[in-house]
Amino acid sequence: MQRFALIAIPYAWLLALFLIPFVIVFKISLSDIALSIPPYTPTLDDGIGPFFAALDFENFAFLTSDDLYWRAYASSLRIAALSTIMTLIVGYPIAYAMARAPEEWRPTLMMLVILPFWTSFLIRVYAWMGILSQEGFLNQFLLGIGIVDQPLTILNTTTAVYIGIVYTYLPFMILPIFAALDRLDGSLIEAAEDLGCSRLQAFWLVTIPLSKNGIIAGSFLVFIPALGEFVIPSLLGGSETLMIGKVLWEEFFNNRDWPVASAVAVILLLILIIPIILFQRNQQRQAEDSA
Amino acid sequence: MTQTVFAPWDDPNEKPLIRFQNVTKRFGAFTAIDDLTLDIFEREFFALLGPSGCGKTTMMRMLAGFETPSAGTIELAGQDIAAVPPNKRAVNMMFQSYALFPHLSVYDNIAFGLRRDNMPKADLDARVAEMLKLTRLEKFARRKPHQISGGQRQRVALARSLAKAPKLLLLDEPLGALDAKLRQATQFELMDIQEKTGTTFVIVTHDQEEAMTVASRVAVMDEGRVMQVATPERIYEAPDSVYVADFIGDVNIVSGTARPAGDGMFHVSWADGAAPFAAASERVFSDGQACHLAIRPEKIAISEERPPGADNAVTGKVLDIAYLGNLSTYHVELPGGQIIKAQTANTRRISRRSFTWEDPVWVSWTATAGVLLDQ
Repeated sequence: MQRFALIAIPYAWLLALFLIPFVIVFKISLSDIALSIPPYTPTLDDGIGPFFAALDFENFAFLTSDDLYWRAYASSLRIAALSTIMTLIVGYPIAYAMARAPEEWRPTLMMLVILPFWTSFLIRVYAWMGILSQEGFLNQFLLGIGIVDQPLTILNTTTAVYIGIVYTYLPFMILPIFAALDRLDGSLIEAAEDLGCSRLQAFWLVTIPLSKNGIIAGSFLVFIPALGEFVIPSLLGGSETLMIGKVLWEEFFNNRDWPVASAVAVILLLILIIPIILFQRNQQRQAEDSA
Repeated sequence: MTQTVFAPWDDPNEKPLIRFQNVTKRFGAFTAIDDLTLDIFEREFFALLGPSGCGKTTMMRMLAGFETPSAGTIELAGQDIAAVPPNKRAVNMMFQSYALFPHLSVYDNIAFGLRRDNMPKADLDARVAEMLKLTRLEKFARRKPHQISGGQRQRVALARSLAKAPKLLLLDEPLGALDAKLRQATQFELMDIQEKTGTTFVIVTHDQEEAMTVASRVAVMDEGRVMQVATPERIYEAPDSVYVADFIGDVNIVSGTARPAGDGMFHVSWADGAAPFAAASERVFSDGQACHLAIRPEKIAISEERPPGADNAVTGKVLDIAYLGNLSTYHVELPGGQIIKAQTANTRRISRRSFTWEDPVWVSWTATAGVLLDQ
């Protein structure tokens, strides 16, 4: 009985906070837009029979008819994938340096990586607007030292979105890689060198494979939220930045078309299920390896 | 048929494989190796023995190329190797932690070094198969390191370090992680493999029994200096300092003053009013010089009556008895307070001990049983 209660609590949590909202969103995606409160039809007030009779996949069909949605999904996937790679390129050396730093420095370095979380994410993205705008700090600096003679247009472009995503999600990449590298036995590198590897070869043949799980975990932790990202593209991106999170927001709040917006959300979720499952599998394997 | 004894260190024409010349290694203010000179010959099984922190691991790491000497030169086959990085040295190392690559199978671990040399596939397969056979690991080639036992891992580490047929194999506490039974078996296996491959082995250990078992010569180290380099028998029977005598095995040290008695004999006065001990010594002492008589417990006899014709015999009473199964060690207190340890082999199953606590006994030994030392 006690055991049942123990298992029941997380399941009840999942049911209330994930499954029920998902069922509601899914139901809305099968409804039609209406000028009423709530802004869709049918509702259960119409009676069970007519309620189910009125549900259809019209909205999903609509998503295929307008290429905006497909382009938005594809563009989001590309932006998420590219920024994941960029985050990896920036994050790996940082994690590596942290793991190689003297023992007494590591807590401080770890602190520095986590420190930005103490400020609201929204405020930090706004700060980037101040840095990247035409009159922003970056342009003033570049003009000041004479690298450019005309201010660069960075804000409201896709470049700014990449910068924003890489900046925001960097800690999620660094921490799992650091955890993997921190566990790495230094004598393995010495053994590789002893057996004829150069420093670089030892890095490719030993360090990288042994931090693979950290790289995979970090990549998913960046890719999954970046795919549905809404705040960064709407604050830093321009009109040409097409991301599904932004499209979703516009459907809900500008068009007030809840059924189509819900359909977009359901598809986004289905796309995300694949990387989430892969991530779970990686975590499980990692747990088995360390056991 | 004449059997030649393997003793290149006694042959002045023999060129050493490794030559440490006035090597010093400092880490900041700490001197790990202090002006050390040492030759190691080809096909030797050389043991570096000492307590932790004596610099033995530092010496090994300098040979592997992970540390460079602060002063002095290290030669390998006549060449100064200071500037040669670890991956370019014909030296391989077996790590104390084994350092097996966890993401590679046993086969790939052994093949790792060979692949770096771009060995052709067929040769590589043959070489790895040979190593697997040598270390009896054929059945485990496809397993990952975490799927095999500690003893098997140890053999994989050995096979991996031998695969490239190095001129010199370094073993850093290779048996430290094994239990006593397995360790003993593995010691003989190591000697066997060393003989089969003809590789020069340098082993670092703090276990004197291990060093004595496997090595052709042993270097006893202390605080960055080599105290004595000799064969295990010489180290045990003819230590040249109290430190070495005390470090290797069990020993009685009696301090006193020497007086020459002619014909290589000396009398050692060890307590006021007691008869001096007679001791033969190749080392010459002047009259009144301070000296230490070192005698192994198993060379001291214990008896109820004064044994007739003994060179040295004194009375005392039994203070402690340590029964070790095969041996018994008696701690006998002499009138002056000096404790003498005497050991007897338990060649018969005993129902009754001949001596017990507080029994008055005689301990005796011959003039050649001990070694007379000046430091």
